[in-house]
Amino acid sequence: MEQRWGLPLVAWPSRLRPNYWDLVALPLVFGVIALVAWGGLAMTARYHIGDALPISLDPWRLPEYALRTVLRMAAALVASLVFSLVYAAIAAKNRQAEKILIPVLDILQSVPILGFLSITVTGFIALFPGRLLGVECAAIFAIFTSQAWNMTFSLYQSLRTVPGDLIEAARMYHLSPWQRFWRLEVPHGIPTLIWNMMMSVSGGWFFVVASEAITVSGQTIMLPGIGSYIATAIAARDLAAILYAVGVMLVVILLYDQLLFRPLLAWSQKFKGDPGADEDNVRPWFLIVMQRARVFDLVQSGGLALNRGIDGMLNTVGRRRPPRGEARPMPWLDRVFDLVLLVAAAGAMVWLGRFISTALSFAEIGWVFVLGAITAVRVLVLIAVASLIWVPIGVWIGLRPRIADKAQPIVQFLAAFPANLFFPLAVVLILNFHLNTEIWLSPLMILGTQWYIAFNVIGGAISLPAELKLAATNLGVRRWLWWRRIMLPAIFPAYVTGAVTAAGGSWNASIVSEVVQWGDTTLRATGIGAYIAQYTAEGDAARIALGIAVLCLYVLAFNRLLWRRLYNLAAERLRLD
Amino acid sequence: MADTLVSERPAIVEPVAPLLRAAGVCKTYRTPDHTGRLVLDRLDFGLKDGEIVAILGKSGSGKSTFLRILAGLIPASEGHVAYRGEPVTSPVRGLSMVFQSFALFPWLTVLGNVELGLEAQGVAAAERRKRAVDAIDIIGLDGFESAYPKELSGGMRQRVGFARALVVNPDILLLDEPFSALDVLTAETLRNDLLDLWTEHRIPTKGIVIVSHNIEEAVEMADRILIFGSDPGRINAEIPVTLPRPRDWDSPAFRQIVDTVYTILTTVPGRDNRRGAKPEPIGLGYRLPDAAAQPMSTVIERLTEAPYNGRADLPHLADEENLDVDDLFPLIDALHLLGFANVSGGDIELTPAGRQFADAEMLDRKPVFADAVLKHIPLAAHICRVLDERPGHRAPAARFLRELEDHLSEEEAQRVLETVIGWGRYAEIFAYDDDDEAFSLENF
Repeated sequence: MEQRWGLPLVAWPSRLRPNYWDLVALPLVFGVIALVAWGGLAMTARYHIGDALPISLDPWRLPEYALRTVLRMAAALVASLVFSLVYAAIAAKNRQAEKILIPVLDILQSVPILGFLSITVTGFIALFPGRLLGVECAAIFAIFTSQAWNMTFSLYQSLRTVPGDLIEAARMYHLSPWQRFWRLEVPHGIPTLIWNMMMSVSGGWFFVVASEAITVSGQTIMLPGIGSYIATAIAARDLAAILYAVGVMLVVILLYDQLLFRPLLAWSQKFKGDPGADEDNVRPWFLIVMQRARVFDLVQSGGLALNRGIDGMLNTVGRRRPPRGEARPMPWLDRVFDLVLLVAAAGAMVWLGRFISTALSFAEIGWVFVLGAITAVRVLVLIAVASLIWVPIGVWIGLRPRIADKAQPIVQFLAAFPANLFFPLAVVLILNFHLNTEIWLSPLMILGTQWYIAFNVIGGAISLPAELKLAATNLGVRRWLWWRRIMLPAIFPAYVTGAVTAAGGSWNASIVSEVVQWGDTTLRATGIGAYIAQYTAEGDAARIALGIAVLCLYVLAFNRLLWRRLYNLAAERLRLD
Repeated sequence: MADTLVSERPAIVEPVAPLLRAAGVCKTYRTPDHTGRLVLDRLDFGLKDGEIVAILGKSGSGKSTFLRILAGLIPASEGHVAYRGEPVTSPVRGLSMVFQSFALFPWLTVLGNVELGLEAQGVAAAERRKRAVDAIDIIGLDGFESAYPKELSGGMRQRVGFARALVVNPDILLLDEPFSALDVLTAETLRNDLLDLWTEHRIPTKGIVIVSHNIEEAVEMADRILIFGSDPGRINAEIPVTLPRPRDWDSPAFRQIVDTVYTILTTVPGRDNRRGAKPEPIGLGYRLPDAAAQPMSTVIERLTEAPYNGRADLPHLADEENLDVDDLFPLIDALHLLGFANVSGGDIELTPAGRQFADAEMLDRKPVFADAVLKHIPLAAHICRVLDERPGHRAPAARFLRELEDHLSEEEAQRVLETVIGWGRYAEIFAYDDDDEAFSLENF
């Protein structure tokens, strides 16, 4: 029988002998190693605040800048992965830790990502004095914050939903906790983790572009990368340079997709229990290379050996300890823990209140809430407009499998493309036609996030069982009745997922889209995003904190009051199974 | 119990210590109000060398829980389990388990799944491979080593489950309804293959405990059958099976044992089961059997027809209607509760009420059913009364759920309420709105 695709978990010795697939794989592997080394060296270069990091608008420098950006992205992705594994494992295994970790994660998820950047950059610079690494870390951290939370959530949920019979089997066959984690729990979580990782990276491009130009104490540091290139091009009003950057970005995203996510997604299918109907049987070309080339087998058996080594070590350590009996519930310990949490939360509340109120007046706080409301109206209107456009189009596409096959990767790609690259074009248009900035800057917020709605609606329409469609035709259900009774309920769960993602992204995008620059021209709309952007540029910590806190409250309130309810409704009533 | 075929409760005074023994095992689950619900009550059990023991019981008798306590997967609340004299508090080597749902790791190949247990024991790679391949061969899976579970049919998957259990050379195999997820033919083949391995001593296994809901399967496989009673689970009877192997399902001796098992399973200790006896009144928090109205009416209809003419032998009925224990017994219990049928000595007989129901036309059946539900099921009567008294004739489900939870676990309370909702809807005595989770009186 032919070896099925999927990394084989048993490595025959003969598998380690090189074959011709290695001709493709080896240069790739060495290339990546060299790249990481070069990037690492460049990151640790000497640097003092105030030094100029000249960004050239020469298009031939773009590949280099793109590489630096990609490396930053990759570093953030690895950090997110490690963070997810540790955080989710602790949250899933320790009841006490879970109580605090999960709500914290929920709030972190709604903190605007660009807010993290202005808050953390000084700390990172202090960590590595005289090196560029501090600034690099701040940028990587910002990207990390855009990726880690949803990956962690998905992994946590997977860890909590490992099928009971598999857990019993693992216990029955004496898997150690370490083996159980790597052989059962993590594999079970892989499909959703990979999917969320892909979504994270899609969102990440937006922030990588935004986070390379960092403002510290009134000075802008430009890390070499595509984002800085664009910032420089904007300052120089160089439209051609922007178009070059757009082109290079296209290539970068395409490569990421082809070399990383297509193979990963296909590979992750093997971790699914039952063969899903949506299983794509076309094996991505790069996965073939990975699986056929011996060099990857070598890497893999190395990884497995390392894993076994750690397990062996843990077992020797573990054997010295007496085996734990059944964990006895200790209600008083829970109470004490809850009390400590409560006191800590109250203390933090008081401290935050005093920090903001000493620096700011109540009138200003009130004004920021009004700004938040203005942005909220924008987000809602834009989601509504995008839905009106994309629901019919998405359904039209989704009902035509052949078109949907082609459209889905395109839409996914568009979602990944950093929409902020197009902001300058919008400025040019607004200036040319003397448009109202309050209205016409708004669409920028949803430029990048509307695709989530489109993408999910297409997915929802595709998954509508053919029999339901036939039954509807057979009953003569048409036009508005068809939409109301069949199509809208059928796509509702998928639509809600898309709208939640789009809304969250739009809140985040408000910080960069309510204030847009072109040369010395600055266009400004009224809103909380503009407020945060303005004080980030001025380096006013109290006002940044206030802006972020209020934005965070709005996002949380919307999630709780609107999206979660819709989500529950969708989950309970309109599922198709 | 008046059954002469059944031996006395086992007195485990053996010359040789049993392979596996359980003494005074109780299991209590904690309920929301911390009172605790007893699911297993003082079970004593011993598995001798060379013996297959089958555990039969209605759903909810705690037979799977008991198997997991034997396996060391679940701790007993009281009493203890010992394997070769050593206490079992967590999974121990020497015991393997095969799961109803197969419980294979989807991301591991057949070989990977079979090797996993050896890997966890730290067996060296070369030996691991050899033993795994041997186990795969013996269970008839050769050629499928590199297949993933999802590429296999149910029968082949369970073969992987058996190979994985056998590869660690267990003394004792614990089988949790291993054949019930398979179709009849596949189950039979796999069962026979296992029995061949066992009788020809081709596997080192010294004892097997199998939990089953298929009576014939238990009679075919076991040297001894334990019949569990419900609420709380306990051993109601023990039936030795001494028929020579291979056993013929159609032989009179085989059929007689099957009949005996049916009789015991339908005899509820402490309740009057004589023919014509009225079902005793039940309380509000009674664990209503998990049976829907529609299949009940189908069984009633079938009973009125030839060859039964109102009275049927249960094994025969189960066989003809293709119902296994988990389907059949809830139906029978429900019919008995509603006063539509009496059960005794492994037979079921329609009561006059049952006949009246059967003779009625489709729409006229509803009032008959409604009468029976209101008369015999206090919970249904209670719901109707509450709805009558309330001005808006509406009441939230949570109200009744709370009352049920005084008697039942949260899960059971939910299930019982769902059962009564189904009966009430069929009887058209009340309506239930799933969106609002509320009962109401409709004008029918």
